[in-house]
Amino acid sequence: MTEERETPAGGSVPTRWLEVAVGLMFVVVGLVVVVDSNRVGASWGDDGPKSGYFPNIIGWILAGSGAWIAGQTIHRWKRLAGQVFVTYADFKPVLAMVLPTIGYVILIKVIGIYVASAVFIAGFMLVQGKYKWLPTLCVSLGVPGVLFALFEIWFLVPLPKGPLERMLGY
Amino acid sequence: MEDIGNLMQGFVVALAWKNLAFMLLGILLGVLIGVLPGLGGANGVAILLPLTFTIPPTSAIIMLSCIYWGALFGGAITSILFNIPGEPWSVATTFDGYPMAQKGRAGEALTAAFTSSFVGALFAIILITFLAPLVARFALKFGPPEFFAIQLLTFCNFVGMGREPPLKTIASMMLGFALAAVGIDTVTGTLRMTFGSPTLLQGFDFLVAVIGLFGLGEIFLTMEEGLSFKRKSGKIDAKVVLRTWAELPRYWLTSLRACLVGCWMGITPGGATPASFMSYGMARRFSKNKEQFGEGHIEGVVAPETAAHAAGTSALLPMLTLGIPGSPTAAVLLGGLLIWGLQPGPLLFVEKKEFVWGLIASMYVGNVVGLIIVLTTVPWWAAILRIPFSIIAPVIVVICAIGAYTVHNNMFDVAMMLVFGVVGYVFKKLKYPLAPLLLALVLGDMAETAFRQSMLLSGGSLGIFWSNPLVGSIVTLALVILCWPAVGKVLGRMRSREPQAQNA
Repeated sequence: MTEERETPAGGSVPTRWLEVAVGLMFVVVGLVVVVDSNRVGASWGDDGPKSGYFPNIIGWILAGSGAWIAGQTIHRWKRLAGQVFVTYADFKPVLAMVLPTIGYVILIKVIGIYVASAVFIAGFMLVQGKYKWLPTLCVSLGVPGVLFALFEIWFLVPLPKGPLERMLGY
Repeated sequence: MEDIGNLMQGFVVALAWKNLAFMLLGILLGVLIGVLPGLGGANGVAILLPLTFTIPPTSAIIMLSCIYWGALFGGAITSILFNIPGEPWSVATTFDGYPMAQKGRAGEALTAAFTSSFVGALFAIILITFLAPLVARFALKFGPPEFFAIQLLTFCNFVGMGREPPLKTIASMMLGFALAAVGIDTVTGTLRMTFGSPTLLQGFDFLVAVIGLFGLGEIFLTMEEGLSFKRKSGKIDAKVVLRTWAELPRYWLTSLRACLVGCWMGITPGGATPASFMSYGMARRFSKNKEQFGEGHIEGVVAPETAAHAAGTSALLPMLTLGIPGSPTAAVLLGGLLIWGLQPGPLLFVEKKEFVWGLIASMYVGNVVGLIIVLTTVPWWAAILRIPFSIIAPVIVVICAIGAYTVHNNMFDVAMMLVFGVVGYVFKKLKYPLAPLLLALVLGDMAETAFRQSMLLSGGSLGIFWSNPLVGSIVTLALVILCWPAVGKVLGRMRSREPQAQNA
């Protein structure tokens, strides 16, 4: 999906940086796996291979492939100059989705999933969709309402609840 | 003959009123999931899986597999009417499906897509009916080395046959294995990579990974690309359907080829997506009217749709008989079987006959029901896509969060889903394949156990993987496939160097 194009005004994140970063991340994760596998024992025990035997191999391959990917990218550094991972302009809507989602997950913890969902949907519709209050209220109250009926009453699967639900006796 | 009897028994199970109702519900949910962006077969099934723990396993698998068929059908609707592939495997359908819709032939394109999907699925189901018991009987003799060899073949196939860079496939797969190892070691009970944290004890659940990688990741990507729906009308009436049906037998050869490609790619875990591309490419190469492809040629719809459905369906064959899923959705279904306490593999055919044959029979019925439903309800589904993305997106995020939470009733999983979502977005953009990660996460424990048992048998010598002709040939084949990209590269370089040398 990354294609070569002229770097547009407003700047962008070059693919090569991210490629190296992800490669190095694999190296780090791989080494963590290797270290932990050696902690529990990666050798041959009295009764066969120890717990770390298999993950140890996995860790080394993971670190190796990550290093190779990072190295390969650095090797071709100049040739990859034109590739854009994402322009800041394109990244804005992504952030507009990611950040509220992070907020939503934190909200679930604080005020329960139903109220959090209502706030999340309403906020998104008002800010992103520029909807009027009436349709926003319909959707943002309707969806959690249906979910509440579905999970708490029909399926009897309890979801995280907050002060409001407690007040209503659930 | 015994199998035919079993199949008839299966039909009795599948045609019970309760199971028919679950089937219908599954198909409807599946088409909805297939139509909506961000919800696909794999994560749709993953979200609904925890809700099915209260119903009997046979009904549950019937419903979940019907969601899968529904999603396969649903993907075609958005590809043809909106030029937006609802599912990765319907990308190839847009090449000719959307141009057909632009020319006002949407009805024909949809009928052709649904019908060829049905043909592909039927071909694969018949294959499963006759081949699965044989494979299972054969696999009963398998020991740990053979199982590990088959799994090795599965993973090497991803590296050798995938469309992504081989190194990235390996890295993504190893990450899956590493994540699968987190938690309590199933063999010795040792804690691995928990770093003293009690939440990590349970390990990473693949359901959470699926919902994050395929659900949230897809939503983030869609936000970046910006969705604008340019809708073509999707009216279908009986006349169009009958006319298209009269035309379709002309393409029997394309269809047959697509069935074979699809089944091959489904059984060896290439999956539905590469199968659809391969089939489209082959259809164009062998067709008499090559130049019409891409302009709205009906054959260009028939080929990828048949192959995608054949692959999607036949992916269940290795899942049932060997315990190795041929596609991400099959991997999720396999996870479901494990949660229901059913060990997939050859023994399933001996011990849980009713379950297996009920499922196989439900595939026949489910696809017939699915075909009728999609043909009659297309306009309705198309209307759903008129709901703006700024409403659909937060609702899908809410559904994903609930899905992740219900896996273990754990907030940590919801946070993990978010992390997996971001990872999915970055990986997709950097062309890391997600299917190997997922498959490694699901199969990690099984592969490791098979490997360790083999090592125990041999006392630590790798020689056990060449100890008999069967296991030896599977392992050798796996290694050849693994090295294939490297060999191809070297050959390619040698070829490109020769003409250069002549020029110099």
